[in-house]
Order: sequence, then C-alpha cells, then structure tokens
Amino acid sequence: MKRNSGLTKRTIGSRLTAAFLAASAAPCLAAHARFNLQQPNSQLGQDIYDLHTLIMWVCVIIFVGVFGVMCYAIVKHRKSVGHQAAHFHENTTVEVVWTVIPFLILIGIAIPATKTLIHQRDTSGADITIKVTGYQWKWGYQYLTGEGEGISFFSMLATPREQISGSAPKGEHYLLEVDQPLVVPVGRKVRMVVTAADVLHAWWVPSLAAKQDAIPGFVRATWFKAEREGVYRGQCAELCGKEHGFMPIVVHVLSAEKYAQWVSEHKPKTDTAAVDVNKIWTLEELVARGEKVFAQNCVACHQANGMGIPGTFPALNGSAVVKGPKAKQLDTVLHGVVLDGKPTAMQSFAHLSDVELAAVVTYTRNAWNNKSGEAVTPADVKAARSKSGSAAAPAGSSTVASVLHAAR
Amino acid sequence: MSTAVHGHTHGHDDHAHHPTGLRRFLTTTNHKDIGTMYLWFAFAMFLTGGVMALIIRAELFQPGLQITHPDFFNQMISLHGLIMVFGAIMPAFVGFANWQIPMMIGAPDMAFPRLNNWSFWLLPPAASLLVVSLFVPGGAVAAGWTLYPPLTVQMGMGMDLAIFALHILGMSSILGSINIITTILNMRAPGMTLMKMPLFVWTWLITAYLLVAVMPVLAGAVTMVLTDRHFGTHFFNPAGGGDPVLFQHVFWFFGHPEVYIIAIPAFGVISQVIPAFSRKPLFGYTSMVYATASIAILSFLVWAHHMYTTGIPLEAQLYFMYATSLIAVPTGVKVFNWVATMWKGSLSFETPMLFAIGFLFLFTIGGFTGLVLAITPVDIQLHDTYYVVAHFHYVMVAGALFSAFAGIYFWLPKWIGRMYDEKLGKWHFWLSFITFNLAFFVQHFLGLAGMPRRIPDYALQFADFNMVSSIGAFGFGLSQLLFLYIIVKAIRSGEKAPARPWEGADTLEWTHLPTPAPYHSFETPPLVK
Ligand code: HEC
Ligand SMILES: [Cu+2]
Repeated sequence: MKRNSGLTKRTIGSRLTAAFLAASAAPCLAAHARFNLQQPNSQLGQDIYDLHTLIMWVCVIIFVGVFGVMCYAIVKHRKSVGHQAAHFHENTTVEVVWTVIPFLILIGIAIPATKTLIHQRDTSGADITIKVTGYQWKWGYQYLTGEGEGISFFSMLATPREQISGSAPKGEHYLLEVDQPLVVPVGRKVRMVVTAADVLHAWWVPSLAAKQDAIPGFVRATWFKAEREGVYRGQCAELCGKEHGFMPIVVHVLSAEKYAQWVSEHKPKTDTAAVDVNKIWTLEELVARGEKVFAQNCVACHQANGMGIPGTFPALNGSAVVKGPKAKQLDTVLHGVVLDGKPTAMQSFAHLSDVELAAVVTYTRNAWNNKSGEAVTPADVKAARSKSGSAAAPAGSSTVASVLHAAR
Repeated sequence: MSTAVHGHTHGHDDHAHHPTGLRRFLTTTNHKDIGTMYLWFAFAMFLTGGVMALIIRAELFQPGLQITHPDFFNQMISLHGLIMVFGAIMPAFVGFANWQIPMMIGAPDMAFPRLNNWSFWLLPPAASLLVVSLFVPGGAVAAGWTLYPPLTVQMGMGMDLAIFALHILGMSSILGSINIITTILNMRAPGMTLMKMPLFVWTWLITAYLLVAVMPVLAGAVTMVLTDRHFGTHFFNPAGGGDPVLFQHVFWFFGHPEVYIIAIPAFGVISQVIPAFSRKPLFGYTSMVYATASIAILSFLVWAHHMYTTGIPLEAQLYFMYATSLIAVPTGVKVFNWVATMWKGSLSFETPMLFAIGFLFLFTIGGFTGLVLAITPVDIQLHDTYYVVAHFHYVMVAGALFSAFAGIYFWLPKWIGRMYDEKLGKWHFWLSFITFNLAFFVQHFLGLAGMPRRIPDYALQFADFNMVSSIGAFGFGLSQLLFLYIIVKAIRSGEKAPARPWEGADTLEWTHLPTPAPYHSFETPPLVK
C-alpha cells in the first residue's frame, strides 16, 4: 500500500473500514506482519518469532478448552432450562491433574526459550562493534572495532516539524526516518554496546531482534546479524522525556562491497571540521549555517521562534545570556547548565564542531529580536574550548578499550 | 436463627445516634460510612483518570500532534497511571473490604474505627496533590507512573508533589491494612475458623499482608529520588557512583506484588459471585486459599521480569523467566476452579454474574499474554510496546475493574436496600465488554508490529488500529456514565430489595442480617457452625 500521499487523502471512514476488515480477517492472516511480530531479518529473530508462535498456540488451545467447557455449562447448566445444581465441591484427583499438566506444559515452553535466550545473550565473536549512545533526543554512533573503525556520527529524526504539526502531508516513513542512518554489512555479527548520556533510552530495531536499554554510566551489549540487505527501522523504546516519540533508528544493511565503499567515503569526513576552521566566515554565512544547526539541535527545547516553553525551557529570544558577553554563552553550550551540582536538560553540546557551535551561537545572537550584529567565530569557540579542555569527541570520552571491557 | 439477629440489630439501629450531614462523614468511625466514602472517592478518581485516558486516546486518534504538546502528553500518561492504580482501583477494593469484612465474619465493625477514618481522610489530600501538580511550573510528573530516574530527577516540582502524594497514599494503605489484618484475625464470630472464612475475606487478609510488606519499599524508592533531587545524594546518579537500575529493582520489588494487591481482592469478589449465581458451593475452596497464598509469595520473587532489557545477567534472566512462568500454575488453578464451580450448577445471568464471566474471559486473556511476556526472548521484543499496555489493561481493567463492577451490583441491594435496574445493568455490561475489547485487543497487534508505548505520535502503519482503539476507549468511557446513572437511579428510586435477592448467596451478610444492612452489623456475634 502506498502511503506517501499522506493522511489527507484517506478519509477516516475508509481507514476504519480497512481496519475492521483487517481485524475480522485476523485469524486467517495470522502470519501477516500487521497482526504479528515484524518479519524477522536474522536467525535469532526467527527463533524468537517461532517461540512466540509456539506459546500463542499453546495459549489458544488451552483457552478454547477451558472456555469450551465454560460455554457448555453456560448453555446446558442454566437455571432457565431447569438444570438442578449438583453439590460437589472438591475432587483431589482433578486438582492434582490441573496443577501438574500446566507445570509440564511450562517445562515444554521453557526448554526452547532457554536455548534461544542463551543464544541471544552471546555477544562474543562479533565482526564489528559499534557504540551507541542515547541522548535527549538523538542517537550517537561510534564504530569501535572492525571495518569502519573510527567512523562516528549522530543520527536524528529527519521528519520535518510541519509534518508532525499537520501543516504538510506526512511522508511514507513519517517519524521513522533519520538524517544519517546506521550502516552495517549483511551477514556479519554486529555487536552494539549501548549507553546513554542523560536519561534512560532503549535502542530497538524489531526486525533485527535487538533491544537494549541505554543506561547512563553503564555500558550494556546486544548484537544482531542481518540476513538480508535493506532498510530496517526502529525507535527508542524507553520513555526519555518530551521527544521520546521522535528519536527513531534506521539501519541500512549493505552488501560487503557497498559497505566497504560506504566506509571509504565516510572515513575522511572526520577531519572536515579542521579544514573549516581556517576559513574566514562572514556573519551571514554563520547565521545561515547556524539556523540549520539550531533546527537540528536546539529547536526541540528552545522552539523555532526562540521563545522556549515557559516553565520548562527558557526563551533565547531576549535572554540575558544570549544578549550578554559571548564567553558566558559559549560556556553554556560547551558545558551545559549545571544547577546545584545537577545537570539540567541543557546538556553540553561540546560534541558539535567549532564551526557548528560558532554558527549556532551567532545565529541565536542575531535571530528574532536579538540583533547584536556581531559574529562569534570558530576561533572564539576553539579558544573557549582550549581554556576548559572540552574536545569535540562524540559519544563521550571513554576509550575503546574501557567500553569493550565494561560491556556485558 | 436469622430472625433473632434481625430483631436485635434492628432495635439497636433505632437509637443509633450519629451526626448527620457533612459532619457524619468527617467524623464517622462506622465501617459502612467509610466504605461508602472509599467507593465514591474511587469512582471520582476513576472518572478523573478516565478523562486523562481519553485525552491520551484523542491525541492518538490520528498520526500527528493535534491536541497535546508532547510534554503534556507525558504528564497525562503518568498521572493516568498513578491515579488509576493508587486513587481508583486500590481504594475501591478497600471500600469493599470496609463494607464486607465485618459483615462476612460476623463482627460489629472494624477493629480500629478511628484509624479507619484517618486512613480514608488521608486520601483526598494525596489525590489533590496529584491533580494540583498539573498547575505548578513545569507541570505534573511526566516520567511515567513507574517514575524511573534519571528522568524523574529532571522533572519540575510536580515530581515532588507526586512523591508526597505517594507517601501519603502509602501511609493510608498501611494503616488500612493493619486494620484489616487485626479485624480478620481477632473479630471473627465464634465458630468462624480461618478455613471457614468466605474467600473474599481470605483474599483481603493476604492482600493486606502484601500491602504492609511493599508500600514501605515504594516509599523508600521515591524518597531516594527525592533526596537525589534536592539533597545531593547519588543513589541513582552514575556520576556520583549510583545506579539508575537500582531504582527499577526497588520499584518492581514493590510493583509486582502491587499487581496482585490489585488482582487478589478481585479474585475474592469473583469467588463470591460465581458460586452465588451457580447456586453451588465454590469448587476447591482449600486449593483456592493455597493458590492465592502461593501467588502472593511468588509475587515477591519475580520482580525483574519487568527489567529483562536492562542487561541483567543471563542467569538472572533465566531465573526470573522460570519463576514468572510458575505463577501461571496457581493462576490456572483458580480459573479451573471457577469454571468447575459453574459446571453442573444452576446458572443464572444477572449483571454481577455477567461481569464475573466477563472477568474470567478477559482476565484469562491477560494471564496468557502475561505468560508470553514472561518468556525472556519474546519479552525483549515486546517490552515497552503496546503489547504490554494491552496486557496490563486486560489484567487491571478487565480483571480488577470488572470484578469491582460485579461486586457492586452484587452487594448494592444489601448496602442500600434497593435494587438496581437489571436491564440497564446488562446494557452496562455489554457496552463495557465490547468497547473494552475494541479499545485494547487491537493494541496487541500494535505492540507486535513494533509500536512503542508512551509516544504521543506514531508512524503511519499504526494508524488504523490506533483509531479503532480510540473509538473503543471513548465508548468505554461513556459507558461508565451509564453506570453512574444506574447507581444514582437505584439509590433514589430503585425497587425495594427483598431480604435475599440472590438465592445462591449464603455468606453471613445475606443469611444473618436484614436488607439493607443495619448501621451496626452484629451487636452480638452470630454462631457459625
Ligand atoms: C533538551 C532540551 C534543550 C536543548 C536541546 C537545548 N537546550 Fe538550551 N537550555 C535548556 C534548558 C532547560 C535551559 C535552562 C537551564 C537552566 O538554567 O536551568 C537552557 C538554557 C540555554 C541557554 C541560557 C538561556 C538563559 O537565558 O539562561 C542558552 C544560551 C541555550 N540554552 C542555548 C542552547 C543552544 C544554542 C542549543 C542548541 C545547540 C540548546 N540550548 C539546546 C534546554 C535545552
Ligand atoms: Cu529515548
């Protein structure tokens, strides 16, 4: 079904009819993804899928049995057909039987479940290890070992805000699209070591059967091995604040050759920031670039009109910090705001490049009613950084070795 | 025998001298007045939490953000959960306990009448804190009813209000439970041995012990959040050597027994209603008692099945999977016993029985999805999705709420001396049953297909079922207004109830007390043989 025409084209009525038709066809279509787990793209996923099917059938059979008996009683043993009540109220034999049989059934389920679980928790022998860090509200990826080592980037929602607010038609992959997807090779074991920078998140791609809570201060591991090339989508699965519903995950599974090509294209990208620094930026260029950076990093809290959300996120429009000396504002974006020893939602943005930070600070100082007319240059950022020693390293400063060691 | 008791209690009622109007309810120490207040309070909270649910479902009617801001949406899901669990379901069953336990064990009142008054009057301030927190800067708690840090450390002062509300609610539950335990252990009529107690009394005895055991654990967990927020501790802050997952362990050590605190009294109600309308004694009374007790004990041993995706060690996952699956055995025994009670009975299908059968049906579905979720590899796929939302609404709404409805229709004649409108009662059942399934059955599909819970907006492939679910939810909400109408109508103009409206009901309140029950139940204890 094509959905990129957006919601506007499908009326509520047709949607409902479709849903009811679909629901009434449920039993005969049980394998269809609409009513079941997504089609798995890994052996592990298939095992879990089969395990779920097994348990479902066991449940359905018992359900039909028990309620068959009950329905028989409802029809035949009703007062209105003149049925007289019997007076038995105990029978040790049946009670033992219906305690023991369920117990045996449970053992029957536990055996395949145990096997699958042991397989699922075995993260050893990975070809590639990628560290994923949950942030409010984006994902940071860092290729730690294997082909692609050294690549790192952030990945965040690419759906335009207008689609969410309803002023533009919704695209085909509404809310399940990102600016930069995770890219992995097909048929290779990928170990994801998962952590978070602020609050809990959970990294989850259903069709790869990988879900792991991202816990600040701790590193946990999961893995997957995709069997087919393609694009696989998931979402953050642990409530992480306001934009929890808006931090999707997209995984591109590529053939070995295409993956190698992707790696070669992306490796050098890491030092473009250094090249940029030597460029002389004009105020207009910085503001234009800064608007983009703002839209990607700040708009969720401070809002496009710079007015924030009263009581939760302060307005930058007219803010004393933004209109004041640039050192203070640079300090805010480089280190975040810490009140009484506790981090606030305003986290550090030190992982952005000098150019990006200079641009976004310049933008906020010149947008809306803040008309300072003054540019903050990448050199200023660099200077502010070196004063405080906060390097532009994504996803925290932990070494590869310590992450690999800590992940279980 | 019944006439003798009748004459006596009636005589006493004539010179009952209690204040009237508002003062009667502020100062009352009477278990019936307090039970009534608990029930009305629970209903008010049920409507409040229900409105929040409808705001959630209205937002989810279509993809896109239409009526709420995501932060407000999160406040709604959090308050909906807290209010329904702590404000509606728990107090409703305490209301039943207050009304029924003294009458069912042949006691004049609860053991500590003044404490009873205090337990109730702690509730309204606590509920007000929760509701008022919506209007403080930053709004109400928006971290879900599970209150996981570090998110709860980021919240505004609405979080502090919620913590205090939980403290007060916990206090109320603990005091109420002590009262219930003491009443049951000390005030039974002569001859009423423990193994002769009606099952409803048994389930409350067990529940009260659960409450006393776990409410302090919850209070501890939220207090740690409070000190992390304001007093510089680092229980859950990794930067200071703490561990966010520690909170989850403590919370679910409370939270899993909490599920049974809600479910077990519901089992008790069902165990009274089904025999009454089957005109046949409860099958396997003894095994019911043991099954309930084993469920209660097991409930302390399975908490981490809510935490399979946190990365607890494999060995722990295996243990919690086995232990959790084990709960299916005593739960199965209960369902089998209820069905065996109906087998070869002489069944009739008045509203209480309809709700009891509805309970049996839907609770069993919830139990089965619980078994699916107990299996770790499957749960890792389904954790934090709409499948879980569907699962616990089948257990909590179709379980606890339906059984509360069954109980209310069943005992209302005894409480107010008037009958409800049977025809409207049946309408209430069928409307609730159908709209409930419309709202929640499709959520299983949403969860399987990968829709996370607690999101204000969703991808397009989830649109159809969300719309169905929202329509069902609104239908369910509206059906409850019919319930309110039925109750008010019964109180104002219901037909006078006969002394024994249900021929199969044979506990003391039916056999030894007039209808409506007198203000003081048993001045002299009945003799139970
Ligand atoms: C997660 C939400 C969030 C994001 C994203 C965010 N901020 Fe903030 N910001 C805050 C909060 C909350 C404060 C107030 C902190 C405090 O003082 O308690 C704040 C404060 C500020 C201030 C100080 C304002 C004042 O008047 O005190 C500036 C400047 C600022 N942010 C700039 C930015 C920039 C630039 C970005 C994007 C790179 C950004 N913020 C992204 C939440 C956010
Ligand atoms: Cu998240």
